[in-house]
Amino acid sequence: MGLSLYQKIYQRHRVAALNAGTDLLYIDRHFIHEVTSPQAFAGLTQAQRAVRRPDLTFAAMDHNVSTQKRTLDAAGETSRIQLEALAKNCAEHRIPILDLTHPDQGIVHVIGPELGLTLPGMTIVCGDSHTSTHGAFGALAFGIGTSEVEHVLATQTLPQQPAKSLQIRVDGTLPAQVSAKDLALTIIGQLGTAGGTGYVVEFCGSAIRALSMEGRMTLCNMSIELGAKAGLIAPDEVTFAYLQDKPHAPKGAEWQQALADWQSLFSDEDAVFDLQISMDASQVRPHLTWGTTPEQVMPIDASVPAPDSFSERSKQEAALRAQHYMGLQPGQPLLGLPVDVVFIGSCTNSRIEDLRAAAAMIKARKVAAGVRALVVPGSGRVKRQAEAEGLAAQFLAAGFEWREPGCSMCLGMNDDRLEAGQRCAATSNRNFEGRQGRGGRTHLVSPAMAAAAAIAGHFVDISQENWA
Amino acid sequence: MSNLFASGYICPLDKNNVDTDQIIPKQFLSSIERFGFEDALFYDWRYLADGSPNPDFVLNQPKYQGANILLSRRNFGCGSSREHAPWALQQYGFGVIIAESFADIFASNCLNNGILLIRLPADTLNCLFVQAEQRSAIWIIDLEQQRLFSDDGQSMSFDIDADARERLLNRLDFICCSEQLSDRISHFEQHRSAQQPWLQGC
Ligand code: SF4
Repeated sequence: MGLSLYQKIYQRHRVAALNAGTDLLYIDRHFIHEVTSPQAFAGLTQAQRAVRRPDLTFAAMDHNVSTQKRTLDAAGETSRIQLEALAKNCAEHRIPILDLTHPDQGIVHVIGPELGLTLPGMTIVCGDSHTSTHGAFGALAFGIGTSEVEHVLATQTLPQQPAKSLQIRVDGTLPAQVSAKDLALTIIGQLGTAGGTGYVVEFCGSAIRALSMEGRMTLCNMSIELGAKAGLIAPDEVTFAYLQDKPHAPKGAEWQQALADWQSLFSDEDAVFDLQISMDASQVRPHLTWGTTPEQVMPIDASVPAPDSFSERSKQEAALRAQHYMGLQPGQPLLGLPVDVVFIGSCTNSRIEDLRAAAAMIKARKVAAGVRALVVPGSGRVKRQAEAEGLAAQFLAAGFEWREPGCSMCLGMNDDRLEAGQRCAATSNRNFEGRQGRGGRTHLVSPAMAAAAAIAGHFVDISQENWA
Repeated sequence: MSNLFASGYICPLDKNNVDTDQIIPKQFLSSIERFGFEDALFYDWRYLADGSPNPDFVLNQPKYQGANILLSRRNFGCGSSREHAPWALQQYGFGVIIAESFADIFASNCLNNGILLIRLPADTLNCLFVQAEQRSAIWIIDLEQQRLFSDDGQSMSFDIDADARERLLNRLDFICCSEQLSDRISHFEQHRSAQQPWLQGC
C-alpha cells in the first residue's frame, strides 16, 4: 500500500516509539515569537535546561509590535517587556532573531518562507496556530502551546500521534477575481470549523497546482480554521522556483541534492485517505463572513441566512447570537453594507501578491469618506517590494495608511484596534467576537474584496463590472 | 482515594465553538508569567464594558460559584494556540472539561497542564446540561475506571486515549520522558545530517 505525503514526512521524522500510539518526532525548524515563548524560557531556566538546537530555532517579533513606530515601547509597556524578554532569551541561548530594527522583520509565517527557512519535507512548529501556513511547501507544520515550545527547545522533538488524513481535491479554474482566500472560506463554509479536527488535510488537484506560493500559503494558513492539525500541498515546480535563491535555501550541489529528495514528496497513487472530498473551482464565488466564526460565511451575492434555516438547534442559536453581535438581520444582503474600517494584512493575506490584488482595485480612485483603511505588509521584504513596484504609492495616493510590518489589527494586541460597533472588512483569518477589539465586527474577505470595500465605502461584488 | 481525579459541581456553558479568544482575550497575553490569569477567564463575557460583572453570564451566577467542572458543546477551545486558555481555566478552578469535542491544539495544551478533557456524545451531554442547570449533583470523576458518578446515584462511562490517561494518572513530566531518549535523538541527528545536509541550522 502506498503512503500519503503526510505519512512519508511523519515516518521520516520518527526518532522513537514512546508507546503503542505515540511517537517522538524530530523537529527540523522551530519558530518562536514574543507572546508564547517567555514562559517556556522561564521553564527551561527553572529546570536548568539548555536549548538543544538554537541553530534550528528562529525568532520573530511580530504579534505586539507597533506598526507605526519602530521602537519596542511604541505599543505600550507590557509589549515592551515581552519584546525585551524575547531579545534577552535569544541572546542568552544564541537563537537567531529578526528584531524590530532588522530590515527583514515581519510576521513569522511570512518571513519563514521568504527567507528559505521553510523547506519541503520539514517538520515545522511554532507557538502559533497559523503555523499551518508552511504546509504550502510540503512541510508538516503545526501550531503548538507553550509547554510544547519548552519541550522542543529542550529536546528538538515532540511526542505526536498519527493524525487521520483528509484529501481535498480541487479541480477546474477559479473564476477571475476569485482568490485562494475565497476558496479557503468556501471550504470552511462547507465543512465547518471542526470539519478538519483530527485530520491533516492535503490539498491537491489542478486548481491547487495553478495557485502561486502566496495563494497556497493563504489556503494552508486557513486550514486551522477548519480545525485541521495541518494543511499540506505537495511541492512542485512552483515551489522549487519560489525557493531557489532564497537566502537560507540550499545552494549549488546541495540544492540539486535537496531537489532530488523533494521530488519524492507526494502522495502515492494508492495512498489511502480516511476521507476524500472533491470540489469544482469554477463554482467558487467571492466570499465574506457574516458571523463570528469562519464557518458563518456566504458568497457576496447571498443574504444573511435565517437562523431556522439550520437544522441543528445549536447552530440556530449560534447564528442568532452572531447576527445580534454583528448587527445583522436574517435575509439581509451584505452587498452595499457600509464598512468603517478596512484591514489588509495578517499572515493570511499580507504577501506581495495580496497587495498587488488589493492595489489593482484602486484604479486611481480614493478611499471612501469616513472609512479608515490600513495596509500592513507582512514583512520588510514585502514592504520594500511593494514600494519598488509602486503599490505603496498607489495605496497612499488613494488614502490608505501604509504601515510597518506586524500582526497589527489581526488580533489587536498592539495599538491597532476596532472600537465597539465598528464594522471591518479584514483580510485576516478570525472573525471571533472581540478578536479585533471588544465589540468590533469583523467580516473576513480577500484582499481584492477588502480594497474594493474601502473604495466603495461598502461591500461590493468584485466579479461585477466596475471592479473586474 | 487515589483513583478519584476530581469531584465537584458542573458549570454549564451551552455553546458550540467556544474559541480561545473568548476563553482569554488578547490583552492578557502580554504577560510573561504563567500565573495570574484566573480573572481574565472569559473576560468579555464575564464583565460588562464598565468592568462590572455581567450578571447574565453563567460563571457569575451564585449557584455556580465554586464549580470545578466545565460543561460545553462541540469544538471547545478552537482558534489560537494560546496556552493561556488552559492556564486561565485551571487557575479559575476548572480541572475537568466535558464537551462533545475539543480542538486539537487546545487538547494537547490541556494534557500538558494536567486538565482532564472528557468527550461525551451529544445526547449524554443534553442530560448533563439539564442537570447542571439545577446544580443538583456533585460529580466524582474516576479516571482509572473511566467513569463519572454523581452523589445522587447516577453513573456513566467515558472513553479516553490510553496515552492521555496514563499521563494524567501518573502526572508524568513531559520533557523528562523525551530527555531520556537523548541518545536516540543524537543518533537521529547524525543520520539526518548525513542524509539531508541542507537541513543544517543558521
Ligand atoms: S497575523 Fe494574526 S493570525 Fe497571523 S500570526 Fe499574527 S496574530 Fe496570528
